Amino acid sequence: MMVRVLYFASFRDAAGCDEETRELPCGSRVSDLWATLSRELAQLSRFPVMPPAAVNREYVAAGTELHDGDEVAFLPAVAGG
Amino acid sequence: MFLTSEPIDLAGFVREARPGDGAVCVFVGVVRNESDGRETVAIEYEAYGPMAESEMARIAESLSRERPDVRVRVRHRVGRLAVGDASVAIVVTAPHREEAFAACRAAIEGIKKTVPIWKKEIRPDGTGEWVDPTQD
Repeated sequence: MMVRVLYFASFRDAAGCDEETRELPCGSRVSDLWATLSRELAQLSRFPVMPPAAVNREYVAAGTELHDGDEVAFLPAVAGG
Repeated sequence: MFLTSEPIDLAGFVREARPGDGAVCVFVGVVRNESDGRETVAIEYEAYGPMAESEMARIAESLSRERPDVRVRVRHRVGRLAVGDASVAIVVTAPHREEAFAACRAAIEGIKKTVPIWKKEIRPDGTGEWVDPTQD
């Protein structure tokens, strides 16, 4: 299955792009995707725990199962206001 | 729409009170010229647009659900702002000041915690630094 991964702020700097499409084994969870990304992107591996994640624009838990076509974003610490 | 790339029209934003309202509470966040002693000349705000919209709507709706006579309106800027520019404005109208102040405070604290917006402080030499409130 394919998911769309979005990067913002410091994570975009780390990834070097705004978004990418990733192929994942069926049944993958949000935490599996984070494990893959933090292995590949050295800048992300410095985060000891998974940052907050959103699937299809809603906050989700790490164990949430992903589905084909999902929009996934790992969110750096927010700093609005 | 809660996000805007245009300057926030504060006067227009504050104008609308209903006949039963006795209080209008306004909070405006503005760009400061320093952060922990380091000079800041501008801030670039970035948002995960659609999610930021729905999170701000959720905050405003949940406050109005708690107190149906309280109305919360929010605008948040994105893009590059200069020192003194308004980055966020919250206007709460309510029958009395107590619930107006409380909802205004709850709205800004909620925004800072959950709305996916980030800011990069720009230094005088042109370099930028993403703000991470968890690293204070």
